[in-house]
Amino acid sequence: MPLPPSPVTERPAAGRPIVALRGVGKTFERGTVALEAFDLEVREGEFVSLLGPSGCGKSTALRIVAGLSTASKGLVEWPNGAGKIGFVFQEPTLMPWANIASNVQLPLKLANANEAASGTAVRQSLDRVGLTDFADAFPRELSGGMKMRASIARALVTEPQLLLMDEPFAALDEITRFKLNNDLLAVWYALRRTVIFVTHSVFESVYLSQRIVVMTPRPGHVFAEIAIDAPYPRDERFRTSAEYGGFCRQVAEALGKAMATGGAS
Amino acid sequence: MSDRALRIGLPIVMLAIAVLVWHFVVQIFTLPPYVLPGPGLVATTLIADGNLLWNSLLVTLLTTFEGFLLAAVGGIGLAILFNQSRLVEYSFYPYAVILQVTPIVAIAPLLLIYLPQPLAVLVCAWIVAFFPVLANTTLGLSSVDHNLLALFDLYKASRWQVLWNLKLPSALPQILAGLRIAGGLSLIGAVVAEIAAGSAGAGSGLAYRIAESGYRLNIPRMFAALILLSLAGVAIFYALSAMSYLVLRRWHESALARER
Repeated sequence: MPLPPSPVTERPAAGRPIVALRGVGKTFERGTVALEAFDLEVREGEFVSLLGPSGCGKSTALRIVAGLSTASKGLVEWPNGAGKIGFVFQEPTLMPWANIASNVQLPLKLANANEAASGTAVRQSLDRVGLTDFADAFPRELSGGMKMRASIARALVTEPQLLLMDEPFAALDEITRFKLNNDLLAVWYALRRTVIFVTHSVFESVYLSQRIVVMTPRPGHVFAEIAIDAPYPRDERFRTSAEYGGFCRQVAEALGKAMATGGAS
Repeated sequence: MSDRALRIGLPIVMLAIAVLVWHFVVQIFTLPPYVLPGPGLVATTLIADGNLLWNSLLVTLLTTFEGFLLAAVGGIGLAILFNQSRLVEYSFYPYAVILQVTPIVAIAPLLLIYLPQPLAVLVCAWIVAFFPVLANTTLGLSSVDHNLLALFDLYKASRWQVLWNLKLPSALPQILAGLRIAGGLSLIGAVVAEIAAGSAGAGSGLAYRIAESGYRLNIPRMFAALILLSLAGVAIFYALSAMSYLVLRRWHESALARER
């Protein structure tokens, strides 16, 4: 009798590729070339950041992965088949007429999930982001940071394989952003989902990621990939360490060079 | 004094002043009632003819209500159709506009030729009330947050789910604004048609009473009927505003007090 598969999960670094973009180009109807020969491979359990100036096509790349936008050129490959995706927008994008619990429940409702089971999932998801007591509140009653938490809870409620985040903390103040960075890392560390995180902040990308993909200005393509070989869990000690400073310098230099190649902007 | 007391008190004071001025103008210039009846006479007429006027009011209100209901169903329904199919929108939108811009006073006599009078009045009420519902609902359905639409796409929501769970709730403030306009317009449509029908019709609505009293130089009754009509209009407006407030109070900026 064959042995059951080992319950030991693979180390994230050794994960299989979950999605790959090969030579992807995107030209918008008005002729703007957002992406050109863009290559990206993301492995299971990985935390990858796309870093670049605004307008470099990093959001476009994310939307192509999500299937919200189609590539004009190139391929999007899902080696193990396309799994569930969670998406967090730059704005919280909550339905103002529904309370937080209903907002978080939306993805399950759209999938016609069982009411009782989805109630449990919603509670779990709210617990995870620390919004347990705000299930009945309406979005407008919450602060910007809490709305973003709700948005993350909604993205997590389907237990997606891949979490896509499009500059989710860009509009928040620094104190809130640091707090949410820590909470996001805690959730990622606990769940070991794959995250693709778009940002224009060097510091944020270094703090969060295992790997940073530095992009050139329009048309965006990959300028450099930098591994951030610092152990998790990361916390405020890491944020103030010399090691962190070194990584930031390295990434900022790469970004500076990437900007220089673009010419425009 | 609180803001609330002022808001209720001031209009009442203004009304009292206006009625007093009216009363003294009639007294001082000894105007005959067929030129300008005093407020006292109008009030006594309102009570003396109460039964007649009340029944007429009910007739007009019923027409208004039916017209409003049809306008709401038709306007929202057509806007949903427009939203679902560009072809339907292109085909019918110009005609909805034509229906709206052609003065109802001009359409009413024509309708009265082809339709029995109560039905013609109802159609008039519907025609004027329907367009604001259509226009507002169309605007509301097409101004949904693009990121929310993307989110629904991401979770592979069906057309029906997008309409029911996203577009309609999101358009609710505009739909309610349209209904609020439609309520008043429906009354106007009903009144216009009743006036157009005039003595030719066998109607008994309030506007018909005004026309009839005009022919008979019964000016006090004209005033009494007019007052009832405006009160009905005000009541309709506030009823619909209250409905809008109740529906939106938890989430929409329009129904929330600003914190300072």
